[in-house]
Amino acid sequence: MEKHLLMGDEAIAQAAIDAGISGVYAYPGTPSTEITEYIQKSEEAKEKNIRSSWATNEKTAMEGALGMSYAGKRSMVCMKHVGLNVAADAFVNSAITGANGGLVVVVADDPSMHSSQNEQDSRFFGKFAMIPVLEPHHQQEAYDMVHYAFDLSEVLKTPVLLRITTRLAHSRAGVAPRLITREQNELRLPEKLTQFVLLPSIARENYKTLIHNQEHFKKAALESGYNSYLKGNDKSLGIIATGIAYNYLQENYPNQEIPYPVLKIGQYPVPNEMLQEIYDECDELIVFEEGYPLIEEALRGSLNIGKNIKGRMDGTLAFDGELNPVKVGKALGFPEPEKRPLPDIVVPRPPALCAGCPHIDSYKAINEVIAKHYSKGRVFADIGCYTLGALPPYSAINTCVDMGASITMAKGAADAGLVPAIAVIGDSTFTHSGITGLIDAVNDGSNVTVFILDNDTTAMTGGQNSAAVGNRLEDIVRGVGVAEEHIRVIRPLKKFHEENIQVIEEELNYPGVSVIIPRRECIVVLDQRMRRKFKDKTQ
Amino acid sequence: MKKDIIISGVGGQGIVSMAAIIGTAALESGLNLKQSEVHGMSQRGGDVLSNLRYSDKPIASDLIPEGKADMIISIEPLEALRHLPRLSMEGWIITNTIPFNNIENYPDIDGIISEVRKIPNHILVDADTIAKDLNARRSTNVIILGAASEHLGFELAVLENAIIKLFEKKGSKVIDQNITAFYKGRELAHS
Ligand SMILES: Cc1ncc(C[n+]2csc(CCOP(=O)(O)OP(=O)(O)O)c2C)c(N)n1
Ligand code: SF4
Repeated sequence: MEKHLLMGDEAIAQAAIDAGISGVYAYPGTPSTEITEYIQKSEEAKEKNIRSSWATNEKTAMEGALGMSYAGKRSMVCMKHVGLNVAADAFVNSAITGANGGLVVVVADDPSMHSSQNEQDSRFFGKFAMIPVLEPHHQQEAYDMVHYAFDLSEVLKTPVLLRITTRLAHSRAGVAPRLITREQNELRLPEKLTQFVLLPSIARENYKTLIHNQEHFKKAALESGYNSYLKGNDKSLGIIATGIAYNYLQENYPNQEIPYPVLKIGQYPVPNEMLQEIYDECDELIVFEEGYPLIEEALRGSLNIGKNIKGRMDGTLAFDGELNPVKVGKALGFPEPEKRPLPDIVVPRPPALCAGCPHIDSYKAINEVIAKHYSKGRVFADIGCYTLGALPPYSAINTCVDMGASITMAKGAADAGLVPAIAVIGDSTFTHSGITGLIDAVNDGSNVTVFILDNDTTAMTGGQNSAAVGNRLEDIVRGVGVAEEHIRVIRPLKKFHEENIQVIEEELNYPGVSVIIPRRECIVVLDQRMRRKFKDKTQ
Repeated sequence: MKKDIIISGVGGQGIVSMAAIIGTAALESGLNLKQSEVHGMSQRGGDVLSNLRYSDKPIASDLIPEGKADMIISIEPLEALRHLPRLSMEGWIITNTIPFNNIENYPDIDGIISEVRKIPNHILVDADTIAKDLNARRSTNVIILGAASEHLGFELAVLENAIIKLFEKKGSKVIDQNITAFYKGRELAHS
């Protein structure tokens, strides 16, 4: 079979197309973005009319996918791990409604926080929602698991969570797609038209079904082949390895068999009998999980009175950070490979705002006004390229917590007496979850000045379309009740610096809600646009 | 055959293309391949890293373990050193000598080069100047690839085909430029 060189993300996307999805719903977020981008660019997906444009946030994405499932068609929803926090209400309740058309939720975790605020482990979310979770260890398995996930979802009428991590998402390997692909489902409403009505009386019934289904989920995990017990002669140690951790384990035994029994995990909930078998057979256990200690904690229990369980909780492995072959090897007692130290001369090359970035001009102006009239420590920012304004030479912002938190935190601080309070938020983050906070501020007449940095794109994640830019932003701001005369659009350019300073001074002086929109295109996106234009002309 | 290669540089220097050329060569040779990218954020000028592994046996980890890389190929000298702990004690370091200086505290370049020279197996190439001479400024990465080519374990024709394949869509002029750049780099590795 012909193999294609695909990233984990791309393998998942191709699998979803081949498994007959009718739509993918997603909001960008590293390392999940390329799944949806692949489908957006796929000719095959276009021919099959698979809907794929970006959602405004992860919650609207999750609900869109759930609606498509209600209508009987297969849908996939993709996000990064913190996106699942945003989608959590819909996600957890989708376990109670169950699915109609196949529904697969792909969540990409980012252990070691390569580009995230935390390293939360989505398997816990799956456990919390009580739905099946799949965790592939290589790209081919990711491809195969998507097919399996849609089957499982339709047979057991449940959403299925596919959990990947950065390394799998962004690593390429040969993947053999299936030759026989599936047609999309026909429109087919749920048999019971009340299945998705979570009134308490119905929800209680549905919840009982979900509880009852746990046995089916475990049985599936026993039979699918994604969990397997590999025999080993040396029973002094038993190894449990989940997802990509299994690769790091194998890496330590090149061209040879692992001497210890190994329980390889790729599907949850893990059947008790599988854990029991390795526990009974071996003197002690070591658990390798990419993420928080889910299985380790379950095995060890609060009392820790059974056999010795090694892993992240007893310090055999660091609690934080992603695994790698050397960490796993060390935990197994292998000597560390000889290596050279990092020369002292090497300094970091931290990411910085691009030269010519519009955010630079905005920060210069904001900094100048604050220095002139106020004290430091009053700028509540958000997540995007502009978060880099936290670093020198700008040192312009004081918070960055979660998407949308700029406006609401500025409001809370203003309520507490820190006035004027300033919020800084990008266009995409504003539509993602800034609008509701702005309504709160308007309703309370809080003394906040909100900068919506309109660079015409979702720059941080690679320049995806933003839900509302340009005039639409003013329309939204006006619509939620900000007074017309306090909606100010400025051009963040050096030549307008003095003018901009004046606008900012005026609005910071106003003791209510003002919105300033610095508007200029991201230069990376501008550059790409120009190149495309040039290419079109020369072709 | 098994090779573990770290490719490094700064965003925009063509790391992804270089990895793609070597990757294509590996696939065309019927080898197993894993290629993992650590692309930082979308801003320009951050450090970029690719882990490239190919072998006639199955490959387990997407990441190259520390102390195990056969080679560091870098389009930027500071970035070549950044990943030194990954290099095996017998490994090769093949790097451009011209810095990409976008940070205030960029270290003394002579100091960097003398650190590279401490690695017994090193190849230093001033790829920027050659690219300028060849009037092919965007081919710095391919010159470095040429300098590394002898250690990649492929027939020359396989690499040449991979270059052609990558630049196919850009027309014969770009292909020729890059093939010339490749051989120039290869020649310089010997001088
Ligand atoms: C809940 C959540 N979803 C997605 C992300 C990933 N993410 C980080 S910043 C960003 C968008 C930034 O776009 P914008 O606000 O327009 O600012 P820009 O980067 O364009 O300056 C995204 C999608 C995240 N951190 N959290
Ligand atoms: S990518 Fe765009 S928004 Fe981000 S720093 Fe560069 S110019 Fe600014």
